[in-house]
Amino acid sequence: MNGVHDMGGMHGMGPIEYEKDEPVFHARWEGLAFALNRAMGVWAKWNLDASRHGIERLPPAEYLRMSYYEKWTARLELLLVESGLVTAEELAAGMPAPGSPKALPALTAEKVPALGKGRPASRDVPVAPRFHAGQSVRALNMHPAGHTRLPRYARGKQGTVDRDHGVFVFPDTNARFLGEKPQHVYSVRFAACELWGGQASPRDSVYLDLWDDYLEPA
Amino acid sequence: MDARAAREHEHDHAHQAVPSDPALRVKALESLLVEKGLVDRAALDALIDTYQHKIGPRNGARVVARAWVDPAYKRRLLANATAAIAEFGYGGSQGEHMVVVENGPQVHNVVVCTLCSCYPWSVLGLPPVWYKSAPYRSRAVIDPRGVLREFGLDLPEEVEVRVWDSTAELRYLVLPERPPGTESLSEDELAALVTRDSMVGVAKVSA
Repeated sequence: MNGVHDMGGMHGMGPIEYEKDEPVFHARWEGLAFALNRAMGVWAKWNLDASRHGIERLPPAEYLRMSYYEKWTARLELLLVESGLVTAEELAAGMPAPGSPKALPALTAEKVPALGKGRPASRDVPVAPRFHAGQSVRALNMHPAGHTRLPRYARGKQGTVDRDHGVFVFPDTNARFLGEKPQHVYSVRFAACELWGGQASPRDSVYLDLWDDYLEPA
Repeated sequence: MDARAAREHEHDHAHQAVPSDPALRVKALESLLVEKGLVDRAALDALIDTYQHKIGPRNGARVVARAWVDPAYKRRLLANATAAIAEFGYGGSQGEHMVVVENGPQVHNVVVCTLCSCYPWSVLGLPPVWYKSAPYRSRAVIDPRGVLREFGLDLPEEVEVRVWDSTAELRYLVLPERPPGTESLSEDELAALVTRDSMVGVAKVSA
């Protein structure tokens, strides 16, 4: 989606605010927001791509106003209601509906180390690559209303495949629970001048990791 | 309340944009999820403790220091970063697919995620606020040299800048240049010099 989250190349966002000796969490609630998201993910009612899309679907003014873990909290509320784990009434009331059954937590403290082992997004399935290292490619001029990981600033631009990373889950379909559609992901090098014109340094480049479906031969 | 009124009531809630105190909002959500049996408080504490105390940029610093002193390790790291990093026991969430890019006199690499906040948790921990913020995400790709100057790093024009936008599930760690005058330092002493910022590519390591 052409959302405000797709920020590459935007102006006017101000100076970078650097905090020296920044703590991992600035307050207990930030750690709690992080942990609630991780713990609720274990119910497997959504996936990583759907959860990223959840943040992208926050109203743009809210997205820009909210701090990082406020966004995580709002996204979790959205996914909880959409998945049916919590009803909108329960969220508004802050308590379970009378008589609703009580679950057993999907994640216990003993299972936290196992959760930390991660979940590869690569897939060991035979899918032929459409492109190869050294090949000239163009990122499609596409504007899907749903989730995509092809940033606007690269659409329609020509680059060169630097390397093939192998086969990965395709976020555009996976985020909407339409299947994993595994396909190759490539590191594609774009000259900075191709992306930004003559103002960029002729030596510089931007590398993006792009799925097969985002590319065409050029 | 009839069904239609209830739907409209729900609609109002879904679209209300009244900022509430985030601490209260999260606490309320935690209570609700605990009450429903969906989360376990001990698991939440264990998650917070893991990312606050066990995973952080000291992991990445050890990888970098090893690469500086052990050429065979450095080759393995650049060829298959995920496997080489796993030699230290580091891996897992947001480190499942690692790539290491090497800085040198002619090339400077810097990492960003323009679309969200992708970051190599397994070696750097959770990202700092500036990395997740609009100013860095918007400008790192269009004006990397200006961004680096803001961090106090003024690169000569003849140095090539490579920006890595983490658009997929690959996570990038920058292998910074070993600073001159550190020939006599041990691996542990070298690791102590390596900063988080140098492994994102917004700083150099100084002795």
